[in-house]
Amino acid sequence: MNKIDSAISEFRQMDELASGNSPVHRLEAGIKLAVTVFYIICVVSVDKYRLSMLTMMIFYPLLMFQAAGLSMSGFFYKLRYVLPLVCMVGVFNPLLDTSPMMSFGNVSVSGGMISMLTLMGKGIFCLMASYVLVATTRFDSICAALGRAHVPRVMVTLMLLTYRYVSVMMQEVSVMSEAYALRAPGQKGIHISAWGSFLGQMLLRSMDRAQELYSSMLLRGFDGAFRYASGERAKTRDFVFLTLCLLSFAVMRFVDIPELIGSFFV
Amino acid sequence: MHMADALLSPQVAAVMYAASGTAAGISLSKLRKEDAENRSIPVMAVAAALVFAGQMINYTIPGTGSSGHMCGGMLLTALLGPYAGFLSMIVILTIQCLFFGDGGLLALGANVWNMAFYGCFIGYFFIYRPIMHSSLFSGRPEKSAVRSRLILASILGCIITLQLGAFSVVVETSLSGITELPFGAFAALMQPIHLAIGLVEGLITSAVLVFVYQSRPSLLRDVESSDASAQKSVKSVVAILAVFVFLVGGVLSLFASENPDGLEWALFGNSDAGYSENMGLDEEDFGIASNASETAGQIQENTSFLPDYSFKDSDSPAGTSVSGIVGSAMVALAAVGIAALGGYFRKKAFKG
Repeated sequence: MNKIDSAISEFRQMDELASGNSPVHRLEAGIKLAVTVFYIICVVSVDKYRLSMLTMMIFYPLLMFQAAGLSMSGFFYKLRYVLPLVCMVGVFNPLLDTSPMMSFGNVSVSGGMISMLTLMGKGIFCLMASYVLVATTRFDSICAALGRAHVPRVMVTLMLLTYRYVSVMMQEVSVMSEAYALRAPGQKGIHISAWGSFLGQMLLRSMDRAQELYSSMLLRGFDGAFRYASGERAKTRDFVFLTLCLLSFAVMRFVDIPELIGSFFV
Repeated sequence: MHMADALLSPQVAAVMYAASGTAAGISLSKLRKEDAENRSIPVMAVAAALVFAGQMINYTIPGTGSSGHMCGGMLLTALLGPYAGFLSMIVILTIQCLFFGDGGLLALGANVWNMAFYGCFIGYFFIYRPIMHSSLFSGRPEKSAVRSRLILASILGCIITLQLGAFSVVVETSLSGITELPFGAFAALMQPIHLAIGLVEGLITSAVLVFVYQSRPSLLRDVESSDASAQKSVKSVVAILAVFVFLVGGVLSLFASENPDGLEWALFGNSDAGYSENMGLDEEDFGIASNASETAGQIQENTSFLPDYSFKDSDSPAGTSVSGIVGSAMVALAAVGIAALGGYFRKKAFKG
């Protein structure tokens, strides 16, 4: 499968996941978005040497994964390109920050090692939280929530339309690439002689398509915004979820619970 | 160049959100004035989707065996103009962030700034438009001259805007205190890589723009200015670029000085390093002393979420001790337990 085909299939997978039915799926999109953003802020604001405090943060995405029935292996596979990038930035820390921070007998652990692990942990937890949001919330629900949060309607409409057309365009690029590859066996990509015409042709067709699209939208009474037959509104359970999450994140962020637990045993 | 959430502190992320939000607000108001009938929305959506899909095409770089991609910001700007192009880039980056994990939700403001702002605004106002309206290559036949200007604008635009974007990544990561890598070393790692990427992206983008110009020039901005009197001279283009380079160079040099913080050095000096020429300010006793400033400082100290990136009343900056390790191990065990239980019940439900 080529890169574009795998992107199309990932796109569809996310759509299917988001259409599921679980307690997490049923939560209101705006509430989930707010909780995710607050969680990410709490995670990234943890001090770089506070590894023990950070470990506690795993519970939110983990519980959400379980409640929504999401697979952990699917998450790691999807983020196979992103995770190494996050880890790479932290890799230099053990080399540059060699000041010993703790020791086990003769073996001492440097500050750089701890800050590297903290950075990797932060990267993984934030990605997990974003994945939970997208895998349990339909894109149109997110856009509707943004609209209710007074994000300009031009942006919301633009996001919905672009999202609709991304899969159409990727399909078209996939067909074109396949056709090109069949006529150019053994060639890795598009030859320099076709650099301009390959995407240029598609661009010209797309601009015509955009005009047709605009005309058809006008015929259906488009006035700058899409309307929903039924607006999803936050219920009591959504507010309970929001309150619980905000409180628990704040506690986990300011109290080093693992150290507290450990102090009872040591 | 997509930054993940973990690479930014909340403070830097908030500043970048504010900066990108302001640029988006201005773009929206300009768009409303230019296009009251919302005619451009479907065009923007389709162009954004095209760029999104088009960035996945691999273009073979002759003689290297590797491949490159096109520069979305410059292409959208040439097609839609800077304001609509910027808004379309925001949408592309948001979808990439949500569906492909490219860049984080908190880092979206920074990513929009690094990849869309420079490409759309700096690329258009300082590079694309001055070059396209210039009398450069005017000795050639008109079509050939416009083609040459398009190629020059695309290549210069991609290289310069990518350099600015890469440098912003270095500044934002360093200000966030994420990496131990010194500022200079990090910049030396990022800039040359993006110089090569910028060149290739510029070539690919110019090939697409030249094709569009030959087939349907009306789709491109600033290519049909036949009025010779309206054309800027080569000197004026060079002057605009020179002012831009001077401004950017001046700002960058503050960061890129050998001293870890050029601005701090400029204000307070560093006699240990042999610098004596400065504004002669005393670091501990700097600014206007007043009751108001003292009170403000006190309030800030008491209320700040992250005072100087560490925690109030925290005796152990490391926060890692034996009890911390024991506690973390127990947390890890509990996490594994939850995952295992979840898996067990899912399997059971599947079988049932």
